[in-house]
Amino acid sequence: MSFVLTEDQDMLRETAMAFVRGELPVSHLRALRDKGANGDDAATRKKLAELGFFGVIIPDEPGAETFGLVGLGQILEAQGRTLAATPLLQTALIAASALQLGGTPAQKAEWLPKIAAGETTFALALDESAHFSPYTIATEAERDGQGFTLNGLKKFVPDGHYADVFIVAARTFGEAGDRHGISLFLVPSTAKGVTVTALKTVDSHGAAHISLEDVHVPDASLIGPADQGADILDPVIDRAAIGMSAEMLGSAQAAFDMTLDYLNNRKQFGQLIGSFQALQHRAAKMFVELEMTRSCVAAALGAVDVGKADVAELASLAKAKAGELVHLVSNECVQMHGGIGMTDAAEPGFYMKRARVQEALYGSASWHRDRFARLNGF
Amino acid sequence: MAYDNAEQLEEFRVETRKWLEENCPPSMRTPMADDEVVWGGRNATFKNPESKLWLDRMGEKGWTSPEWPKEYGGGGLSRAEARVLEQELRRIKARPPLFSFGLWMFGPALLEFGNHEQKLRFIPDILKGKTRWCQGYSEPGAGSDLAGLQTRCEDKGDHYLINGQKVWTSYADKADWIFCLVRTDTSAKHEGISFILFDMKSPGVEARPIQLISGESPFCETFFTDVKVPKDQLVGRLNGGWEIAKRLLQFERSSISAGGFGGTGGSGILGPEDYAKQHIGTDEAGRILDGDLRGRITDHRMYAKAFSLTVQRQTEQAKAGQAVGHTASILKYGAAKMNQDRHELLIEALGTEGLGWEGEGFDKNAKKVTRQWLRSKGNSIEGGTSEINLNVIAKRVLGLKEHQ
Repeated sequence: MSFVLTEDQDMLRETAMAFVRGELPVSHLRALRDKGANGDDAATRKKLAELGFFGVIIPDEPGAETFGLVGLGQILEAQGRTLAATPLLQTALIAASALQLGGTPAQKAEWLPKIAAGETTFALALDESAHFSPYTIATEAERDGQGFTLNGLKKFVPDGHYADVFIVAARTFGEAGDRHGISLFLVPSTAKGVTVTALKTVDSHGAAHISLEDVHVPDASLIGPADQGADILDPVIDRAAIGMSAEMLGSAQAAFDMTLDYLNNRKQFGQLIGSFQALQHRAAKMFVELEMTRSCVAAALGAVDVGKADVAELASLAKAKAGELVHLVSNECVQMHGGIGMTDAAEPGFYMKRARVQEALYGSASWHRDRFARLNGF
Repeated sequence: MAYDNAEQLEEFRVETRKWLEENCPPSMRTPMADDEVVWGGRNATFKNPESKLWLDRMGEKGWTSPEWPKEYGGGGLSRAEARVLEQELRRIKARPPLFSFGLWMFGPALLEFGNHEQKLRFIPDILKGKTRWCQGYSEPGAGSDLAGLQTRCEDKGDHYLINGQKVWTSYADKADWIFCLVRTDTSAKHEGISFILFDMKSPGVEARPIQLISGESPFCETFFTDVKVPKDQLVGRLNGGWEIAKRLLQFERSSISAGGFGGTGGSGILGPEDYAKQHIGTDEAGRILDGDLRGRITDHRMYAKAFSLTVQRQTEQAKAGQAVGHTASILKYGAAKMNQDRHELLIEALGTEGLGWEGEGFDKNAKKVTRQWLRSKGNSIEGGTSEINLNVIAKRVLGLKEHQ
């Protein structure tokens, strides 16, 4: 495992950091929110496509080198810094991974180039309740002769309000809660029987409830073998959790930097408030947590690229640590900004709102702590 | 020898492996027994004679500190060779031949600040484990505010004369020599401190062990009454000791953190999750029945994993020339928290089994945990308190300003 980026990855990181600084500052998200765009930002998608960010883990030709998840992680960390609403996690990471891990040659040939070019956006339609529980799937997919008929409701699907294609986790066997019997389907958002209800979410990124009523899909839309979708879903979710951890690390770092800046400028009692030891120690503790989380995220990203056996454990470590971190730092960011932190005009609130969504997706810290313990046999 | 390619490095590996096969005694390839740790020194005793053999052989090659210069008896290995040696030692599960403040703290500082004669005089005996050193830093009135130290050192023409008192001097009652911070100018604070070395057998030196809450006495109060010290035993320049002192503290904090205060906590001691399973029980899925304790053990295990990944990351980044400043304070703070949390959880998981003191009726390892739990309370005090380390991070790393 390497904690040091390659020259190419380092350049990608610099490019991504410069791009979000220049083009996607928090004020961009604020403007989108104020005009009611709900995180749907076609102009930014076009720029991301031009930068090649959608194809970071997709080889130009079979077997060719890519930037790997480590590379994509750098971009996600960058977008986390400014809370940018992009389809990268859903499309460039989740959909690309699902197709690479489970797609048929025809599916790969059709979709991967479109993902890499930023032409098609995807969304993973997984959760059915208010809490992440990946095998608790009641959405049914019934064989109907020429394919499958899907019925069910998917909740809080990120990017679901504008994605072109959904990856729907549905049940072809067994009962909600069973690992066996889950199958993954590619479902166009325009398919008959699909109803997309856009949600206005606290982080201004938006999401959607997806209702499926007698939606017919052909056999060719099945990703991987029927009933064994969890074999693809598990590693995809681990990667999603790791990618989200990278994003959270970026958000936490930015909220921390903003707080530090405030501590070094705001005066009370004729002193910089950053000279008060009560605040210094809290800042120092946050910094220790930041450094520790950075190590966990880097280790998890790297473990995926070299195919290490402990990816699941590292994914849980990274998601739990990053969740705790971004929770702590976003709260302290508001608190240390004092009254200003409570205003909509300032940015701390944006970080706190986005943090809670980041924390909830792909398993909360407590979900991942539980899994970490199970994986370690206690 | 400079190996500049992979082939030569492989040759070094083959030679090293062969040498270790022939020279590492069998019992030195077993887990360290608590009473067989070798600290060396003039009065060293060896419960296991093979410990002495192992120390002598490794010391002769300078491999007790493989990267120190050959000129002073070190191994003279390159970083790459030293890594090969580490790997080969790990491969056969070899015990460290020597535990030593000389190797961990004083030696690195002397190599940086000492003159040629001082290095020739002291470094070889550190490597061979012939001299055991102790650290004269803290005083009754100078703990966290170390630079407030008052032990006087006067220039008497052909020698220095030292009067004063040190405290928390680790193993002063067993050490041969002391590296000591003394005040050579009372009109300045930091700029009035010097770094001096002397023999603990010098007339006027007295070390009294302090009994700790754990019942053990690893530290002493050390008194100096008219101790005469030859002038060539001053390291660096007169009144220039503070710089050396700070550098040495970095070595100390790094060596403490690298070991995570002994991390796994000695032979025979299990993890808190193991004791919880044993004493509290598990459900049908193998989960610890006390869900709250299970959650807190998980928190700790995650912290420990994050800590060790951070040590790895910082080591790799330092090698790649991307060093993070004041890493030592970050790791020292984290190591103290980690080890204290671990011991609190061990005691909690053991229940009343962990509350024995001595005699029959308690598991031997559980009694060891009890003592270590009490000892671990010092982790956030010794080598710079956690609060001081947070100050260092706040001011030096984060650039927060001093209170005016």
